[in-house]
Amino acid sequence: MSAARTEMGGERGPSDLQHGLHEATPHVPVFTGARRAELDELLTRYPTKMAALLPALWIVQEERGWVSSDAMAEVAQVLELTPAYVKGVVSFYTMYHQHPVGRHFIQVCTTSPCNVCGAEDVVNALLKHTGCEELGVTSADGRYTVIEVECLGACGFATPVMVNEQFIESVTPETVPALLASLR
Amino acid sequence: MGFPHTPHERESLVLSQHFGDQEAIGLEGWRKRGGYVALQKALTMTPAEIVAIVKESGLRGRGGAGFPTGVKWSFMKPGDGKPHYLCCNADESEPGTFKDREIMRWTPHSLVEGCAIGAYAIGADVAYIYIRGEYTEALDKMNAACKEAYAAGILGTNAMGTGKTVHVYVHKGAGAYICGEETALMNSLEGRRGNPRIKPPFPAVAGLFGQPTTINNVETLVAVPHILNNGAEWYKKFGRADNPKSTGTKLFSVCGNIQRPGNYEVAMGFPFKDFLYDLCGGPLPGRQFRAIIPGGISVPIQTREEAENSPMDYEGFVANGTMLGSGGVIVIDDAQNLVKQIARAARFFAHESCAQCTQCREGTAWTTKILERIVAGEGSAEDLDTLLEIAENMTGKTICVLSDSCATPVISGLQKFRGDFEALIKKKKVHMVPAQVA
Repeated sequence: MSAARTEMGGERGPSDLQHGLHEATPHVPVFTGARRAELDELLTRYPTKMAALLPALWIVQEERGWVSSDAMAEVAQVLELTPAYVKGVVSFYTMYHQHPVGRHFIQVCTTSPCNVCGAEDVVNALLKHTGCEELGVTSADGRYTVIEVECLGACGFATPVMVNEQFIESVTPETVPALLASLR
Repeated sequence: MGFPHTPHERESLVLSQHFGDQEAIGLEGWRKRGGYVALQKALTMTPAEIVAIVKESGLRGRGGAGFPTGVKWSFMKPGDGKPHYLCCNADESEPGTFKDREIMRWTPHSLVEGCAIGAYAIGADVAYIYIRGEYTEALDKMNAACKEAYAAGILGTNAMGTGKTVHVYVHKGAGAYICGEETALMNSLEGRRGNPRIKPPFPAVAGLFGQPTTINNVETLVAVPHILNNGAEWYKKFGRADNPKSTGTKLFSVCGNIQRPGNYEVAMGFPFKDFLYDLCGGPLPGRQFRAIIPGGISVPIQTREEAENSPMDYEGFVANGTMLGSGGVIVIDDAQNLVKQIARAARFFAHESCAQCTQCREGTAWTTKILERIVAGEGSAEDLDTLLEIAENMTGKTICVLSDSCATPVISGLQKFRGDFEALIKKKKVHMVPAQVA
């Protein structure tokens, strides 16, 4: 997946370097107490520990907002995998953040069905009104990150925008300021 | 139901009859609407009896491939001493498709029931519902429905008091179109990268965790309780009299440049022309339909004339140059730059390629580059032949059909709308901001 994306050329999101170094703070284990119990319950659902990898990574991201290398190492230990294996899986899926993102993580669908309904204008309006200026770059106040995303599965309600866990449908450039105001 | 619109009198509401009905979401309301009667009945039947009824009904897979469901189930041999698994494919990611999302949002218990019946019919104790990570509301609703069903004794080691074991678990995906491919879905569920597997072995022989497995789409499974309640003959009545191969009702998701986008449920074989103009309200004011993709972005593009001649079933669409696919109808009108949209579709596939096959990894990327070059007014005459050459190398040569799906809009677009490409190459420099992949 990453190979194809690199091949695409054009304007890209920032590199890991531009996101700065986030590993300086010591890692506090995620899987203790209630979170450990949650994982133990999940493990009863599958015949292998490995099958709980995606759910475990979701728990990490819910707790910490992103999945750091140290967190991957913790997941690896808990599920008896190697950190390299876990990183291989994390990097395959687009929804796990490998660096911190803005408090409001905004994903805009621009795939063909939304594209014909003006999704690119919605992206531009969001970049302008959040002050992000560029896709994938977090605004200076740490409030917003805007990215384009492939099909969100809400094509009949173009343009759908996802803010963290929340779906907002039928967004137009005109409704963008009100949408952002509702997040404050 | 043309949700969020009021139902049209020509719709056949079966799966979608409770869309928009808040009370149908919870267990109590669902039971009042006839919920779990079919499961209770199914658990007193033998698996073979259930498979026979589903086979007889003519139900075919609603995810895109259209494989007969009863036949698929009959590949599983209950009692062979191995653990069996049912996977419900709720990784709905095909651009243009948003029907499973509405099924899970409004009638989550219908899917729990469908999964439970399906699992029992194939001799599986466990069904996993693999839901794409972006469907947060569907995930919440499905998790809540499972919890209710366990608390009420519908699921578990004594399902509905019959002593039989049926577990239904929700598994959350993490953003990858390719995980809608059945073998990639199984890899993902096992905690691996979502790379499709080489077939054979087919899932019924060695699937999830190496065990016999069946993968069914959401819409397929929710049809099963209705078939058990009303009988195969009732189900077969939905459809064209002269085409017994496509039976039942089908949910179509409609999007793009059209008056009333949304979900609609019609009998198989419904005239596509009436569907587009009467049910969905026709084109936007002052516009005309130009191109229609009736089954999600992976199926060939139709001209307006082809679309208007199509009966909406598996055979009807094939006879008119395309496929039923997932039932995601994408409408593009005469205000759009069609080549730009084909380029955008190619970019989608380039982004979503798992990159394990060379033809796909390279083909999707180069197809996108060439198409975007043409859209930017920098194309050359030989580009069109190059595109077709690449498309040929991408068709039928890879582990899964993602590669073929990227070639499809290019091939059908060039067949049916070649003039659009040539016009861009000859003179017109059309403004386009290339879509950016974050």
